[in-house]
Amino acid sequence: MSDLLLDVRGLCVDYGYGEDAVHAVTDVDLTLHEGEVLGLAGESGSGKSTLAYAVTRLLRSPGVITGGSATFHSAGGPIDLFAADAKQLRVLRWSEIAVVFQSAMHALNPVYSIGRQLTDVIAAHRPNLDRKTRRERAAHLLHMVGIPEERLGSYPHELSGGMRQRVMIGMALALEPRLVIMDEPTTALDVVTQREIVAELIRLRDRLGFAVLFITHDLSLLIELADSIAVMYAGRLVERAPANDLFHAPRHPYTVGLLNSFPPMHGEWRKLTGIPGSPPDLRQPPSGCSFHPRCPQAFAPCPTDEPTLRTIEDRAVSCWLEGAQT
Amino acid sequence: MTAVLEAQNLTKNFPVRGRFALRRSTVHAVQDVSIGLAAGTVTAVVGESGSGKSTLARMLAQLIRPTGGDVLLNGNPVSRANRAYRREVQLVLQDPFSSLNPVHTIRYHLARPLRIHGFPADTAAISELLDRVALSPAERFIDKYPHELSGGQRQRVAIARALAVRPEVLIADEPVSMLDVSIRLGILNLLADLRDNDGLAILYVTHDIASARYLADTIVVMYAGQLVESGPAPQVTDSPAHPYTQLLLRAAPDPERTEPVTELAGRGAPPSLIRPPSGCRFHPRCPSAMDICRTTTPEPLPIDDAHTASCWLYQ
Repeated sequence: MSDLLLDVRGLCVDYGYGEDAVHAVTDVDLTLHEGEVLGLAGESGSGKSTLAYAVTRLLRSPGVITGGSATFHSAGGPIDLFAADAKQLRVLRWSEIAVVFQSAMHALNPVYSIGRQLTDVIAAHRPNLDRKTRRERAAHLLHMVGIPEERLGSYPHELSGGMRQRVMIGMALALEPRLVIMDEPTTALDVVTQREIVAELIRLRDRLGFAVLFITHDLSLLIELADSIAVMYAGRLVERAPANDLFHAPRHPYTVGLLNSFPPMHGEWRKLTGIPGSPPDLRQPPSGCSFHPRCPQAFAPCPTDEPTLRTIEDRAVSCWLEGAQT
Repeated sequence: MTAVLEAQNLTKNFPVRGRFALRRSTVHAVQDVSIGLAAGTVTAVVGESGSGKSTLARMLAQLIRPTGGDVLLNGNPVSRANRAYRREVQLVLQDPFSSLNPVHTIRYHLARPLRIHGFPADTAAISELLDRVALSPAERFIDKYPHELSGGQRQRVAIARALAVRPEVLIADEPVSMLDVSIRLGILNLLADLRDNDGLAILYVTHDIASARYLADTIVVMYAGQLVESGPAPQVTDSPAHPYTQLLLRAAPDPERTEPVTELAGRGAPPSLIRPPSGCRFHPRCPSAMDICRTTTPEPLPIDDAHTASCWLYQ
């Protein structure tokens, strides 16, 4: 395994304070290595986006990081992300950690050309480059994501949704970051465009060697795309495994249910059931394991005691079915 | 197999203002599409955004008037949507968060169609409707407001409302795409039960070909307003004939795929529908395009029983 890049330990994030606080992320451990594509899967409200915002320190009030640590192993040594001040964060953001958001339509500024937006990034972080070099770099970035450089003068509304998302990816890669966090980057796109962008992303990753944290609700896409997958439910990490193992031998009943929610593209028709019930309301989370009201295999300890994440070699599961826990 | 609801050569053009206010242009949203919905079957219309699938559904629901072609209900042409038509053909919309009125209870939502169409609108009738969509015990839901229910429960209420008038046809426009992944199957299975137990003819509009394969008996694939392929669901997904269907299937996420998808034959984006390509609208992207494709729109050509592809390759 290559070097550790991001190490999140015991992360807790609340929305609001005191009694009424909603625990959006509870006690999440996550590690990401150089060049790895880690998929973060979960339904709406599972805390997957909150986790990304917390790690990048983009969390807005009333979101509060209430516990845990996040260490980013930058070229200049490890940095404690939660202790970093504004100056350190400014150096880190975009040049080491870049973020691609879901709606490229809203993330691009409609009144500036995309060339201007690309060169702005470079100008802000690489002040010693001259105008011509910045322009060349911007053209190169567009070319890299498969857009002809004549498009530098185009405004966001002149581009299709897929092209805008490509521009966002190009912008994220402008300063050659080592970690790219992508929050549902293809959810609003058609399936053919999604496939093109995912293929492009993997090609760029192979060439440039950055690591990706890919957040999506589409587990079937992640299995094809990611090296390993972490599944979140109600703010907790319930399972983490290499993508293939997760698909062929899921351990947590929630993962099993989620995999059974995607109808297969091949083979005999068989009835699928999905998961009964609905995701919990985090204002009134269930006691014990938060999945137990929907779990077909719930037994004695589940409604009262909370399982902890148990790591066995390259997999981790948080479920009482995995036996006695320490 | 006779169709309850039939679309014959439906065409829809939307007028739009051009760049200069005086110049008028037209979006050719749906061109010459014919499909039939039989009792006790689910027909899925699959396509990307802009393929005209929702426009087709809205024409069948008589929410918009076709520019050309006919809608036939039990063999009789329908000229406008009257109450009798609404009693037979009901629509379920994509977003259960905005299709229910937030200031009214579930009881109100379900009693209203019953009353309007002259059915008894008492608690027993409403409870029965809630039971049919598996919202039981009914008394737990009947006096709730939409915001007190989850997305999946709201979509069930929307389906119950459509069922209130005992229709023969249910048109569901992307009924699960706004819902969480883990509850989508529950709604799809509910639609399957309505087909099997009540003999409803269901039109399932979706962009997700995997869910169409799961639920539908027949799959109809649309591209840029044209019907490109139709046939029994397993045949269309397991041996797609039209190059666009092949592209769609290759692009869809598939965990069982062992080789990564590197090349996509026909990549690119759908064309502008203001000036759509001549002939087959897929020809500018098609890896097997021939001269005839640029000039002449192909008719549906038979592949085998009930499986047709509108593609000159099969002439």
